Amino acid sequence: MSVKLTTRQVGEVTVVDAVGRITLGEGASTFRDNIRDLAANGHKKLLLNLAEISYIDSSGIGELVSGFTTVANQGGTVKLLNLTKRVQDLLQITKLYTVFEVFDDEAKAVRSFA
Amino acid sequence: MSLACRFFVPYTMADHESTQTHTLDLALESSLESVDLAEAAILHEAGALGFDEDDLHKIGISVRECMVNAVVHGNRYNARKKVHVKVSRTPDRIVISVADEGEGFDPSAVPDPLANENLLRFSGRGVMLMRAFMDEFAVSLREPKGTEVRMVKYKAKA
Repeated sequence: MSVKLTTRQVGEVTVVDAVGRITLGEGASTFRDNIRDLAANGHKKLLLNLAEISYIDSSGIGELVSGFTTVANQGGTVKLLNLTKRVQDLLQITKLYTVFEVFDDEAKAVRSFA
Repeated sequence: MSLACRFFVPYTMADHESTQTHTLDLALESSLESVDLAEAAILHEAGALGFDEDDLHKIGISVRECMVNAVVHGNRYNARKKVHVKVSRTPDRIVISVADEGEGFDPSAVPDPLANENLLRFSGRGVMLMRAFMDEFAVSLREPKGTEVRMVKYKAKA
């Protein structure tokens, strides 16, 4: 299974619910294309819900970082929600916890964009 | 999925069970399908050895990173080049070797992905993940050309 992204609007925040795997190949390119489309269409407050992401490799991590910089370059922000233990571990190992704001409560995460 | 590969499963049985070795030898095409194939084959071996879910995930992601490096950076998707995968397992460990036929890779040339100035780089984290997830990790150059990565995971290493 690749990755499937669905979006919903909570006030000014676009919540992206991601399901599946973000790995080199289809998963990474689908993720990249979706985030770039959202940024190009003016979505500047993105909250990525990764609760249903079962697997991420270094290419997937690269896409998270790329999405972060793409949106930031357009004056926006990407934050992360509901990381699995494995994704948490990856962010710890790669020190990306120092880059991303991470939440485990959606309402709190949405409020943080205000 | 292309299965244009050699698939040998020789068993070497010694007198004592603790020295029993099971080996797997694959020669895979330089394609992303081979990444999935190698991961599945090695996870089957590791699962048979009794690694828990957490260790299986660490082994799986390490194999993926290693295979991607071999296919993408080593062989550069060249259809005439193979990725050679060897796996041996004894009751206490799994030993994985992945070798490409590329120009050779120097891991020390990879910028430190944990340096502040590199945190937002798109790539360059694969070797770090393999080092973090496996108990042993070593890179050597092959003759006449290519790179071999050898990784070991122990079942009960504290």
